Amino acid sequence: MQIQLEYVLILAASLFCIGIYGLVNSRNAVRVLMSIELMLNAVNLNLIGFSNFLDPGEIKGQVFTIFVITVAAAEAAVGLAIILAIYRNRDTIDMEQFNLLKW
Amino acid sequence: MNLAEGFQIVSFGLLAVMVIATALGVVLLPNIVHSAFLLAGVFLSISGIYILLNADFVAAAQILVYVGAVNVLILFAIMLVNKQEDFSQVPKRWIRQVATALVGLGLLALLTTMILITPWPLSSVSPAVVENTLVTIAEHFFSDFLLPFELASVLLLMAMVGAIIIARRDFIPEANLTDEDPSTTALTLPERPRELTGVPNSK
Repeated sequence: MQIQLEYVLILAASLFCIGIYGLVNSRNAVRVLMSIELMLNAVNLNLIGFSNFLDPGEIKGQVFTIFVITVAAAEAAVGLAIILAIYRNRDTIDMEQFNLLKW
Repeated sequence: MNLAEGFQIVSFGLLAVMVIATALGVVLLPNIVHSAFLLAGVFLSISGIYILLNADFVAAAQILVYVGAVNVLILFAIMLVNKQEDFSQVPKRWIRQVATALVGLGLLALLTTMILITPWPLSSVSPAVVENTLVTIAEHFFSDFLLPFELASVLLLMAMVGAIIIARRDFIPEANLTDEDPSTTALTLPERPRELTGVPNSK
């Protein structure tokens, strides 16, 4: 009994759904960013799984994963800078208070 | 089933349980610092799964970048916005939580059904044909993935400059604030210096 592709994909799908739950339900803005990182890791797991089972000769999935890691790191940096700027101006990180654009 | 396959499947099972448990801890625990440390646990467990899937360089890059840089950055941000406040109770918040949980479970059911039904074109080539993943990745980076590689470096430069600009504090001396000349105020951030935490804000 070996590791099957379906196991990896189902694990990645559950991690993605946990990330969605955290993204919608978090009051703390930093936890929202952590949920986004969970979703990006789920995507990476998918890519590595496909690369191992469908493309073991030229591991293009792993190259794609490295780009996703790069973009995720850049986006985490900018997102946290934005949270810092919001905290300085509004003195809170409660997502319920960020409602200036609400109609 | 020989020892190697047994070891791999048991390791995968353990790492999968760790991934799910730590991910649930990240989104469910009330203390944000506990969530940040469990996020490091998620990253480490996923890195272990990468090793089981013959992605050794990506596993090392995951630990270096995600645990070493992104998680530390998140912890810094948590320390900087460490406001001890109890969030005000929003009435009927449980509706949103139940709805999101249902949507998440529905999406998981849909994806699982799709995964189990689709006839994946599994390759018959053994993964052992790649003797060094790092060499193969580098060959991709300099031949057919050259443009994304260069654009990624530009993206990192943009992100670094952008994060510095957004997060910096500009101290404007009080005397200059009365000067309404638009040519000098265009490039200065109109932000008054705030006291650091621990000093009550008198405004």
